[in-house]
Amino acid sequence: MAVLTRTPLASPGDLEQMRAAILSSRPAGRREIVVCGGTGCRAAGSLELFAALERELTQQRASDRFALKMSGCHGFCQQAPLTVIEPERVFYCRVGRKNLESDVGDMVQALLSDGEPVRKLLYRHPVDKERIVHYEEIPFYAQQTRIVLRNAGRIDPRDIDDYLARGGYGSLAKVLSMQPADVIAEIEKAGLRGRGGAGFPTGRKWALCRAAADDSMRYVICNADEGDPGAFMDRSIIESDPHSVLEGMAIGSYAIAHGVAPAQGIVYIRAEYPLAVETLTTAIEQAKRLGLLGENILGSAFSFDVKIKRGAGAFVCGEETAMIASIEGRRGMPTARPPVPAVKGLFGKPTNINNVETWANVPRIIEGGADWFASIGSGESKGTKVFSLVGKINNSGLIEVPMGMSLRTIVDEIGGGVPERRQCKAVQTGGPSGGCIPAALLDTPVDYEHVQQVGSMMGSGGMVVMDEYSCMVDVAKYFLAFTESESCGKCVPCRMGTQHLLRILTEITEGRGTATDVETLQKISETMKDASLCGLGQTAPNPVLTTIENFADEYRAHTEDGKCPAGVCRELIQFTIDQDKCTCCPQCVRACPVHAISGEKRQPRSIDQEQCIRCGTCREVCKFDAIMVS
Amino acid sequence: MAPVARETDIVRLLSAYDRARQNLIPILQDVQEQLGFLSQDAVGAIAEHLQISENDLFGVATFFTQFRFTPPGRHCIKVCQGTACHVRGSGLIMEELSQKLGIHAGETTSDREFSLERVACFGSCALAPVVVIDDKVHGLLTPKSADELVDEMGSRRDETVSEA
Repeated sequence: MAVLTRTPLASPGDLEQMRAAILSSRPAGRREIVVCGGTGCRAAGSLELFAALERELTQQRASDRFALKMSGCHGFCQQAPLTVIEPERVFYCRVGRKNLESDVGDMVQALLSDGEPVRKLLYRHPVDKERIVHYEEIPFYAQQTRIVLRNAGRIDPRDIDDYLARGGYGSLAKVLSMQPADVIAEIEKAGLRGRGGAGFPTGRKWALCRAAADDSMRYVICNADEGDPGAFMDRSIIESDPHSVLEGMAIGSYAIAHGVAPAQGIVYIRAEYPLAVETLTTAIEQAKRLGLLGENILGSAFSFDVKIKRGAGAFVCGEETAMIASIEGRRGMPTARPPVPAVKGLFGKPTNINNVETWANVPRIIEGGADWFASIGSGESKGTKVFSLVGKINNSGLIEVPMGMSLRTIVDEIGGGVPERRQCKAVQTGGPSGGCIPAALLDTPVDYEHVQQVGSMMGSGGMVVMDEYSCMVDVAKYFLAFTESESCGKCVPCRMGTQHLLRILTEITEGRGTATDVETLQKISETMKDASLCGLGQTAPNPVLTTIENFADEYRAHTEDGKCPAGVCRELIQFTIDQDKCTCCPQCVRACPVHAISGEKRQPRSIDQEQCIRCGTCREVCKFDAIMVS
Repeated sequence: MAPVARETDIVRLLSAYDRARQNLIPILQDVQEQLGFLSQDAVGAIAEHLQISENDLFGVATFFTQFRFTPPGRHCIKVCQGTACHVRGSGLIMEELSQKLGIHAGETTSDREFSLERVACFGSCALAPVVVIDDKVHGLLTPKSADELVDEMGSRRDETVSEA
């Protein structure tokens, strides 16, 4: 942290002065070694890498020549641990996976001698195998537009100076001299819509809450209860750029409450995200110390404070009224609307809830202007969307793309396609509320309207790619097992509906399905959509309906022929080895967890059906497609 | 693993919270962090502090998956069941570990060494399938490598025992 006086800033002028001081203490062209400290890179050893770099720099007496810092998530977790050399933006990946000491030594040597980057640590293009030096030239990043993630991987999330150096809290200062109604109008004009899934216009939501007839309090909540399995956008945003979210909340609170009622901020965050909680706690403390949160922000009449509430593990609490119940200390069950939270929410007071990504967009819109923001994206979906691109995909990680980009571009170009030369079969979006978009519809532009047209939804931004080895009935069953256990049980359609859908899907995957099952599934689904109390029950049938619509033949194969074409449903399959294709390598023998594969040296392998547990591990590891399913 | 707190610690902990209903979940989280679980005594003390019935308290605590009412094992193994983990074979990992330890998800081995839990999603999907052991994330696992991880934990225990 820079050595600057840490007294609260008393005016926007003070903020600019401080920013200038931070910038002048950092000479242009200062070289930085930025190690990624996101959850993914930590799991791959980035903390050890950071320590090793620290040691090496000390040993080479070079600590004062380079700034070593730890950033939040860069998104390309597949290549973890990542290190970027600034300002050249040299991108090193998988650093220290094989040999930490030599990688670190080489890296520091290259820096000291101002020589060529370390070749072996550069990213290798998956197709032409060429080494790529710079961050922006890597296909995974080249097609992205980073608005929400523009600071991710560049700043140290635990150092507010880094955020200020990149213009942070400038939007808040700007807003404090505007009329609240004008701030709302700006957000409406930008066309920002809720990034949590439903896509409600953010400006309109704020206006509703501002207009509520109650002058005692406005609660402004950040929904960080990211419950969709397969999604980690919100976690990454908070871990890499927490001040963007806080600044967005402060701007929103000013627009909603200033001149009407006092405001209190709350971030409701999942307990499973300890690093995000820690990062956010530090950020709030730092912002308070500088007077960017708290009483009379930047000398104005506006006061706003933020508290953290940790969720306790219930998916349904992502629903606004359920979240409110849980903050009040009750079971997290939704209530019927009206009244909507904007009128009567937390403790009976007008409450505005937006998701993490929505809040992080707000300072950017104020900074760049509504027209700039509205020029990005498509139709009624403006700006960008952050997705977690995962599953059977070569480049998995966190991406941000303009709305309206086709799924195909995302999967093939950013994601680098499906591994092992297999075919993409479907892309699941929207988590348990979404659906499976089949490969035939890969040209669908990804925005609120188009994704909904094909029966899925944006959701919070999970994007799980499935290949021909993924069984769509099994996928539907997986999501129903999730919603069945997360259904709060309050309303009958959801409680009973999820149970019955799950039971029928289980029977189908176990070979006990009948010809009328699909019709029954559809009937139950329609009832649930119409009659459930909250979004959980209304959308829970989506995975079932979209897989029935797009993969009817797979359902038929299960119910009529007693087969699972993808080779997943154990009761319906048997693995054998193609004796002609088998190259007698030991991969499958080593991988088999129950030692069911035998074979003499240089003899084709074979599977003992008695011992085989049909896990499919052998098929995953075989590079020669020799494992057959029947 | 969480340090074992005494009853007096619980009393001290409760005194930091005023008696408002909205403090219930933060208190439960705090107590569980101290004790490792919600003991019968702790439940009684919390209910009394907030002046709500134990029944009411259980209603809330059982609603959320975070809370447990039996002591956890020395090592806590959490298997991620997220979508990305699922399509990359987390079910097999759960099965393997369940068989190895002889317990189902949600249970603790009789020697109190290991607890096995399923978690909806850790948000480390790019590393799927993921297992978290004592808050350390292990990614890109197979049933076999997960098995070996647990063996490592076990052998570390043997060392500490023999040293003692």
